[in-house]
Amino acid sequence: MNRDTDFSSAPSLTIDRAIANLQQTEDTGDRYYAAWWLGRFRVRDRAAIEALIAALEDTTDRSPDGGYPLRRNAAKALGKLGDRAAVSPLIECLHCDDYYVRESAAQALEQLGDRAAISPLLRLLEGGVEAAVRVPGKPYLVQPYEAAIEALGTIGATEAITEIEPFLAHSVEKVQYAAARALFQLTGKVEYGDRLVAALTGPKLQSRRAALLDLGAIGYEGAAEAIAKTFAENSLKLISLKGILEAHLERNDNAQIDDRAVEMMALMDSLL
Amino acid sequence: MTTEALIAAVDSADSPAALVEAVAALSAARTEAAIPTLIRVLGFNNPGAAVAAVRGLVQLGDVAVMPLLDRLDGYNYGARAWAIRALAEIGDPRSLEVLVAAAADFSLSVRRAAVRGLGFIEWDKLPPEAMAAAKGRSRQTLLAACDDPEWVVRYAAIVALEKLGKDVTLDGIRSRLETLATTDDTLAVRARAQVALD
Repeated sequence: MNRDTDFSSAPSLTIDRAIANLQQTEDTGDRYYAAWWLGRFRVRDRAAIEALIAALEDTTDRSPDGGYPLRRNAAKALGKLGDRAAVSPLIECLHCDDYYVRESAAQALEQLGDRAAISPLLRLLEGGVEAAVRVPGKPYLVQPYEAAIEALGTIGATEAITEIEPFLAHSVEKVQYAAARALFQLTGKVEYGDRLVAALTGPKLQSRRAALLDLGAIGYEGAAEAIAKTFAENSLKLISLKGILEAHLERNDNAQIDDRAVEMMALMDSLL
Repeated sequence: MTTEALIAAVDSADSPAALVEAVAALSAARTEAAIPTLIRVLGFNNPGAAVAAVRGLVQLGDVAVMPLLDRLDGYNYGARAWAIRALAEIGDPRSLEVLVAAAADFSLSVRRAAVRGLGFIEWDKLPPEAMAAAKGRSRQTLLAACDDPEWVVRYAAIVALEKLGKDVTLDGIRSRLETLATTDDTLAVRARAQVALD
């Protein structure tokens, strides 16, 4: 996987230009790009937020399969911008008939961290594992379970523990990992972190990559050595270890650098 | 197994896991004859196999440097990152200009490996009269890398400057590390700079 980012080729916009591009309806490509741009460059102007929220109800930009590409991008941008005004409109998007809009909205609500999203997110899990089946002919399940479960974990929805637990046994590995990740965040029990550590030695590269990112996101200290030894790109292992190091430092007073932090940095040094 | 048989096993591997095993076995043979095959593996888009091939090339050391440098232009980006990682770990001064150029690559994983490598060159292999200029070139490149937009490249620059700074007292390194330790926006970068200063 190439996680390198290259923004040097991205056309440069001004804030006013980007907002204007987003508000016009003639060129869907310009709108789509403007939504991404406002998120990427963290434009928190009121006008930008309002234009992005309006774009969540766009009906002009349609993909061949009936999806709403602009809504997806607008939801992603709103997640990055951290404005609580987006919470209610994003919750509305959880009912959109485009799977990818629901997924982007769940991810954005995770980033915004507002507890108002808990009940609506829990509703996506209704029916439990039995209902969580693949949509015929599509590469996804009937709901964005992974995104919804991860959001519930990050938001700290301890009331969701009972509903999340059965997803540890879902047939899709990424959903299992999302459940382990969320349950670790919600309970602090190492058994859930260790499930993700076990996934680092699994046979599939995609699964190992997912587990690396999950462990970094939850900052599970016990995983540091196992991460360094995982068969995967060093770029991902470094991102994962950075998450664990920073979570460790944030738990220390004044981010004090102790022996454990130095050990983690030595692991990171060896992967550069 | 003969080297030929080990190479044949790499070429006939029928799964990603089998490829990793075959490359690890070829690397473990530590033979110069494995070099072209190990270099080829860097372009297979199999990280496990690439890690094993880099390990083999690094263990072979000096003899792998020219074959790696000679083929560099033909690599795709993934392979280039692994090749530069091998060159960076071998630390031969003949790689200096390649690492300096790679420190400005568009791919952040290439920049990261190159920047790290610039701190770990075996300067003693250079004639004494060439050493100061070569170290200065490395230092200048690393100080620029401290402004890289990607945290991991700045992190690598700190690790490299820490090593280079131990080697010899060079202007500007300590003050640059002090700035990173206090003002960088990434906690992991600030912490690593602090460790380098202590």
